[in-house]
Amino acid sequence: MTTVEDATHDLGETRLGKLRISTSALRAYTMVIALIVIWIFFQFKTRSDLYPYGLFLHPVNLANLLKQMSVTGVLAVGMLMVIVARQIDLSVGSILGLVGGIAAMTQGWGLLPSLGSAIVIGILVGAFQGSLVAYLNIPSFIVTLGGLLTWRGVILYLSKGETIPVRLPVFRLLGVALLTPASGIVLAAIAIVAVIWVNIQRDRTRRRYGLPVSSRPMLLARIIFPSALIALFIYLMNLQGGVPLPVIILLAVAIAGNFLTQNTTFGRYLYAIGSNPDAARLSGVNSKRHILIAFAILGGLVGIASLLHTGRVGSASPDAGTLMELDAIAACVIGGTSLMGGRGKVSGALLGALVMASLDNGMSLLSVENATQYIIKGAVLVAAVGFDMAGRRKS
Amino acid sequence: MAAPLLEMRNISKRFPGVLALDRVSFDLHAGEVHALVGENGAGKSTLMNVLGGVYPFGTYDGDILVGDKVQRFNGVHASEDAGIAVVHQELSLIPEFSIAENIYLGREPVRFGVIQTENLFSHAQRVLDELQLKLEPHIPVGYLGIGQQHLVEIAKALARNARILVLDEPTAALTDTEAEVLFRILRRLRESGNGIVYISHKLGEVLDLSDRITVLRDGHTVSTDPTSALDTHHLIARMVGREVTDIFPTTPHKPENIVFEARGVTVEDPNVAGKLLVDHVSFTVRRGEVLGIAGLVGAGRSDLMMAIFGAHPGKTAGEYFVAGSHIAIHKPADAIGAGIGFVTEDRKRFGLLLDQPIVTNLTLAALKRLSGPLVTHVDAETAAGERSMKELRIKAPSVFTVVNTLSGGNQQKVVLAKWLLTNPKVLFLDEPTRGIDVGAKQEIYQQITRLASEGMAIVLVSSELPEVLGLSDRVIVLHEGHLTGEFRRDEATAEKVMAAATGQAA
Repeated sequence: MTTVEDATHDLGETRLGKLRISTSALRAYTMVIALIVIWIFFQFKTRSDLYPYGLFLHPVNLANLLKQMSVTGVLAVGMLMVIVARQIDLSVGSILGLVGGIAAMTQGWGLLPSLGSAIVIGILVGAFQGSLVAYLNIPSFIVTLGGLLTWRGVILYLSKGETIPVRLPVFRLLGVALLTPASGIVLAAIAIVAVIWVNIQRDRTRRRYGLPVSSRPMLLARIIFPSALIALFIYLMNLQGGVPLPVIILLAVAIAGNFLTQNTTFGRYLYAIGSNPDAARLSGVNSKRHILIAFAILGGLVGIASLLHTGRVGSASPDAGTLMELDAIAACVIGGTSLMGGRGKVSGALLGALVMASLDNGMSLLSVENATQYIIKGAVLVAAVGFDMAGRRKS
Repeated sequence: MAAPLLEMRNISKRFPGVLALDRVSFDLHAGEVHALVGENGAGKSTLMNVLGGVYPFGTYDGDILVGDKVQRFNGVHASEDAGIAVVHQELSLIPEFSIAENIYLGREPVRFGVIQTENLFSHAQRVLDELQLKLEPHIPVGYLGIGQQHLVEIAKALARNARILVLDEPTAALTDTEAEVLFRILRRLRESGNGIVYISHKLGEVLDLSDRITVLRDGHTVSTDPTSALDTHHLIARMVGREVTDIFPTTPHKPENIVFEARGVTVEDPNVAGKLLVDHVSFTVRRGEVLGIAGLVGAGRSDLMMAIFGAHPGKTAGEYFVAGSHIAIHKPADAIGAGIGFVTEDRKRFGLLLDQPIVTNLTLAALKRLSGPLVTHVDAETAAGERSMKELRIKAPSVFTVVNTLSGGNQQKVVLAKWLLTNPKVLFLDEPTRGIDVGAKQEIYQQITRLASEGMAIVLVSSELPEVLGLSDRVIVLHEGHLTGEFRRDEATAEKVMAAATGQAA
């Protein structure tokens, strides 16, 4: 604590020539650039006679990549809320195995009880762990480390160590179905209308509160750029048969997660609790309840992720989800979430999950050995945070 | 005169977008206390961070000479090796470690990599003896009071054979008695030929203690003079660049009905069973009244406030009434709901989300009122935040500026503005001007007066007696958890209040 008094300048901004960019935005751009570099690299390395321009960005592979990412992505959205509140959950992989197994075991009761049980039990397990953290003051690291062992044990016991196949067709489809191209186009249209509506609405409320509104060209750019991305995405996916359903589910979870963290009092309080628990409490924030709810939401999302995972694999094995908590945490951290709490966004966590999935997918295409894959992913995680810290020191 | 112990020549230090130091020169002789004063942001800490190696050689312009040799510190260690010890305002002690271990932290006497424990304790004992501190070296630092911890920090500096000692606001957390012990030690160090750089906002002690005073303002040296040629008025005028005639607004308030009443507030020490930090204290505040609570550090003033607000970790008892109706307070949300606001002491620890934007801080306590119970409205918050910033004259580029980049005074205004947004009927202020500069203090004083004249009831806790006497319509005094005095504005004098605060009241 040495520079606080002297640093009268705005540390939240970095100058690039005449451009003033907020540091967090700069960081996001860096991550996007890193992702593009990774993509170009893999595209270049996967050229062959069959795919002269490279296989990596081929629509079929892109769809694969996004399907792989959807499980980690859903977990990362929930993990983000827990980490923002300065907590951690190491048990999500085991809970995923548990509730996925339960869903497979309860298929005989019908579709809804089977799918519902995964989500409800996920929420209950999350709420239980959250209550231990919040009301008994046991550190979340310990509670969920215990959970990592316990829940894995529970599913091994319940399933007697056996892998249970998915028999319900709809359950299976959750992990593998493609939207028909026509419904993809309808979805794109709805999304574009939503983008336009949100932007116009934003300017209207800003005017109501007497705040400056963006210029006409800015407004157009803010509408056209995302709309073009949506159209391009749907076009590419339709080229290979349609948008995969798990990707749609991930997007829905992400939009809901983003709204929850950025536009609700609940989300704001999570950031406050993570940033300074004492100040949050003295400002009247019910920290305990919010921490419990964050764990419960994560539990529910683990339930959804377990359905996507089990559906895609086609069976629930008792060791499903092993190490997935680490992928989710890594995705958050690569996406700029601080383990000290108070900092991080859903968009960043998704970007992190995309980086991890791209590395996985690209290295598999190149037939990189498993051992090397682990080493590279580990190095990327540490390097990403290293660059972040170095960047923050400079400013 | 002999060559100075330390000379800093034409030091300039630039941060992105701001010139924090502009060719500042400073020197220090052996056997001298040289005080450095200036408003927050004047560059005092930056200058000492350059000296302490926090900003290494190459990141600033100018020369540092210690004993005629130009020094190029590449870090804090290099500076310490040259005999410079900086005692920062924030302590760098490890609570679980003993006094001795703290004193020799990082420099433990070792043989073959094994710490020589006997050696460690006997060395530490010698240092404590030299300072005439009656402390056992094996006691964990966490058991000591904050004042004694400061003295240990100084012992730590001296154990490194520092000839140049830099103290940044050392008395901010000390009681008067502890401060006296510190002054005695500093005088003795001066006599034995050490040089001391003394940074403080408390001009009285600066004038009392120092031999020379350098005033900094906006990164420039305003003046360096022998202390004998200066008085408070000179100093304040130089610090702020204008004459300050009377910093307390004199508008008398017209207290009306009782807004808040506390009856029999009792607080038990959470660490020591049976020990009462506050013992059956009762008081009332009227609409439009400023009630001052005076007392020494440890008298239980902050405990009283925390207890009423439902935020004290210990067991509490007491009855509270807001506008005549009895209210139950179990947690801060209850207090806020009843119309109580609380500007806590230690804004960094209790008041602010330092890594969040101003607007997030401003709206935190009133979020549901400003935004609705579930969904937040960024634009409504931004608009409210901008109004607050204007009203309290918070100086920052925008409402989205991160709070930890603001000066102490502006941070304090953010905390105050946060509570004003909850529309409180009664506002508790605990040390609202600690560690902020004269200009910002004056603005806070004006706000307090304005709020009272608009009908708010205000409870003001402050360790600065002139502040309590200058602002309050009525003063109550605590001593070791007991109410030992109550004075109307016209009968409250410094002598009477001090007598009550030290438990000598009739």
